[in-house]
Amino acid sequence: MNPYYILDTVAMTAGVHKQFDCTDCHSSEYGSYPHLANLKLEPLSTCLDCHGGDESFAKYQFERIDEEFKKSVHYKEYGDNFSCSKCHSQHTYKATARTSDNVLEIVDYSNKMCLSCHNDMKKFKMVSGHDNPKLVQVHDWLPNQELHFQHVRCIECHTEVLDSLMVSHDILSKDKALRKCVECHSANSRLKASLYKYQNLQKRAENGDLNTVLANESYIIGTHQSPILKLASIVIFLLTLVGIVIHSVFRILKKK
Amino acid sequence: MSATEKIYFYPVWLRIWHGFNALGIIALIFTGISMQSSIESAQVVGFNMVVNIHNIAGVGVTLSYFVYFIGNMITPNGKYYIIKPQGFLKKPMIYIIVMYMAVPIVIITGIALLFPEIIIEKVYTFSGVFVTAILHSSMGFFISIFLVIHIYIASIGKSPLENFKSIINGWHHVH
Repeated sequence: MNPYYILDTVAMTAGVHKQFDCTDCHSSEYGSYPHLANLKLEPLSTCLDCHGGDESFAKYQFERIDEEFKKSVHYKEYGDNFSCSKCHSQHTYKATARTSDNVLEIVDYSNKMCLSCHNDMKKFKMVSGHDNPKLVQVHDWLPNQELHFQHVRCIECHTEVLDSLMVSHDILSKDKALRKCVECHSANSRLKASLYKYQNLQKRAENGDLNTVLANESYIIGTHQSPILKLASIVIFLLTLVGIVIHSVFRILKKK
Repeated sequence: MSATEKIYFYPVWLRIWHGFNALGIIALIFTGISMQSSIESAQVVGFNMVVNIHNIAGVGVTLSYFVYFIGNMITPNGKYYIIKPQGFLKKPMIYIIVMYMAVPIVIITGIALLFPEIIIEKVYTFSGVFVTAILHSSMGFFISIFLVIHIYIASIGKSPLENFKSIINGWHHVH
């Protein structure tokens, strides 16, 4: 039997659709085995058929995701053929960004979605019809490439970041990808509006107390993330200047 | 001793080292502050350029630190940095702390930040990169404060400019 036709049932029971039976989505004829070959051609529901316009899914903003996705390079190139399931396996998908409290896990899960095609020569060529650009070479300009790939998601630089949407789905064409270090390595880092905004992660508010800052595992080099230390440094610097001024005054007075 | 007597106080190697070190550290302080507030400085000199200058100056000052360290071992200059039980809290103490504690910490953490893949992932519950970066910037800040005090103390001489002349030409008035 073709191993690609067998579903990973363990992954399925860990996924968001675990409560469904196969025949909830698929034809009831799947009840008998072996399945008829032509069942592969059965029309299936799209994600929005169930999730669209339903109050109980409102917080996931499926309609807005669809709107954003329609602007993306994936939709522009492949239209409706590029379905949600190209990235989000309906059988095994987990909403990691909503449930995980570990940045690295969120990053890993998210990047694997991109890499399942973009790092797979055969699959990429099958869909796009041309050779896959070599990721390591394309990102050669990026210092500490491996660490970046482990600690931030591809979509951090390759989407239009929207504060109002959990995960931006407007995947940009490669010429529009972000190449500016300061966008993340700065006080108002772009990551605050994307990867680090999730409430399930520790809060990293600008005025958060020292403990939340200290315990944060998602520190970005080169940013003011500890307002207390920033304040302390200004105070110490001013006190030094005051000390010098006072000392100078006494020196001048003593000379007279 | 008469007030006009001069002695040759700072050997050439020390003065060259001091000048090189001074330029390096000033470059590090300005680029360091600039990187901390990257968005604002991006308009003047590019962030990437600032990072490059900081890295190059950092390597330069690290090499210069070894020159200083060896110089202190093989020349009599080192005696100013030996801790004596008496006068423990007098002025040279801050020099000892800076040169044998703050600077080595800044160098070690700086090398670590240059190669972040070697940094320990977690120190208890804290991110290793975070701890390293905080140590690096707080020690860098401490050195900056030291520099301000150092320059001010240098102005306390017979005349405010005297010590600055000495570190350039090597000759020092003995009072």
